[in-house]
Amino acid sequence: MNNRSTLGSKLVASPYIVWSVLFIVAPLIFVVYYSFTDASGAFTLENITALSKYAPTFLRSIWFGIVATLICLVIAFPLAYFISQSTEKVQRTMVMLVMLPMWMSFLIRTYSWMALLQDTGIINSLLGKIGIDPIHMINTEGAVILGMVYNFLPYMILPIYSVMAKLDHSMVEACQDLGGNRLTVIRRCIIPMSMPGIVSGITMVFVPSVSTFYISQKLGGGSFDLIGDVIERQFQQSYNYNLGASLSLVLMVLILVCMAVMNRFSGDEEGMVI
Amino acid sequence: MKTASRIYTTLVFLFLYAPIIVMIVFSFNGTSSTSVLSGFSLQWYKALLEDETTLKALSNTVVLAVCSALIATVLGTAAAVGLDKFRKGPLRSGVMAVTNIPMMNPEIVTGISMMLLFVFVGKMVSEDAVLGFGTLLIAHVTFNLPYIILNVLPKLRQTDRNLAEAAQDLGCKPVSAFFKVVLPSIMPGMITGMITAFTLSLDDFIISYFTSGPGFQTLPIAIFSMTKKRVKPDMYALSALIFVSILVLLILYNVAQAKSEEKSRKK
Repeated sequence: MNNRSTLGSKLVASPYIVWSVLFIVAPLIFVVYYSFTDASGAFTLENITALSKYAPTFLRSIWFGIVATLICLVIAFPLAYFISQSTEKVQRTMVMLVMLPMWMSFLIRTYSWMALLQDTGIINSLLGKIGIDPIHMINTEGAVILGMVYNFLPYMILPIYSVMAKLDHSMVEACQDLGGNRLTVIRRCIIPMSMPGIVSGITMVFVPSVSTFYISQKLGGGSFDLIGDVIERQFQQSYNYNLGASLSLVLMVLILVCMAVMNRFSGDEEGMVI
Repeated sequence: MKTASRIYTTLVFLFLYAPIIVMIVFSFNGTSSTSVLSGFSLQWYKALLEDETTLKALSNTVVLAVCSALIATVLGTAAAVGLDKFRKGPLRSGVMAVTNIPMMNPEIVTGISMMLLFVFVGKMVSEDAVLGFGTLLIAHVTFNLPYIILNVLPKLRQTDRNLAEAAQDLGCKPVSAFFKVVLPSIMPGMITGMITAFTLSLDDFIISYFTSGPGFQTLPIAIFSMTKKRVKPDMYALSALIFVSILVLLILYNVAQAKSEEKSRKK
């Protein structure tokens, strides 16, 4: 192809490049700008120093995110394995069933958990029928983590499954032939080979869990804040955009650091996703 | 082991579907309670069909999803075609890194960062009600774009470059060579990307929440403001209807796919 038409086809990317500078890069610059200015636009470090007050909230959010991600991993790994072992037709149906809830509004699904978990809710009235005293579940930390696990579980199942479905079965057989029992095969062969799926699953569950605000509002009942709740309030209730921007900036950096740490831990594996 | 794995799978699916079952059952409830069942009625479905705000929000959502998916597909495909020609280097890796930002960043950060931009520009032109359909459309196109680009780029790499050259040697102008040779081969990637973009846009709450104004409500935002108060089962009725239509679509899609796979196997 001659130079002119190559240049021409390079140019068709320019509207996108302009778009991404305007609507991806510029907004992030505004986050930084608002973090370091006050309401009148003058430079200040007040928003940054105010952050120390929110350190416990940040820590709680990260802790919840880690717990929810680990629970998702523990639930999803065996399920993905079982799905990948079934016949093609069953696999297709199962994947469809995993994806289906993701198309429903997560707001309604989370709300519907409220109906299940309430003190006079469905689970407690079922328990009552078999003579068990009601358990207080709603507005607890456990309820929030349950909400996270529930909402983001498909994001863990699907990437792990899609790697497992393509696993080279001769490798698994080789491992068995070399005398590996069931557990050894899983530990030494299947887990390492599914690592790319596990890593992308962890990312896809951890990031939304750390930054959520709806789940904690509904299932936590506002009894404790996650960092998403604090940010949301700055923008929708107290209109302190500057503080909100600095909180978001820190959240963004924290997540990047967490991702970098995780990538280091799984860095030896081949074929990394992300 | 077989039974154990079956019990396990059933339990996980029970967990995934418990709130959906609750939702469907209570959409037929005789009273407005969402925890005590009393009698069967279709009143919530009737209420839903008479509720103009919800129906308006539903049509807004569909309009927004169609527009943003179409714009993103055109812009994203053009971007992929151009990027494919870029030599490896800082410009290419820079653009790809920026492309990944909306997928990596927490949605709340994407949402507020755009809101800050819009509000700032709004102040500059002293327009107070800057948030509305326009800003929502920009936001949705922005978070849809990476999915188009990342679906089209691999297809472009699989396309034989010589084909477009051959078409030009045979007298095609570069533009018509693109439409006749390259476009058909990247079409599957464009369609997958567009469907993904459409569903993401339909379902998005967090980014829309920060970039929309009171003048233009989408369904997730309408649901959000309703769940601030006590939800009446008409929201359940709406979700049940959405659930059933998606289920039907998925079943049809799977049957069609299974059939076409069978056909290709017979060949």
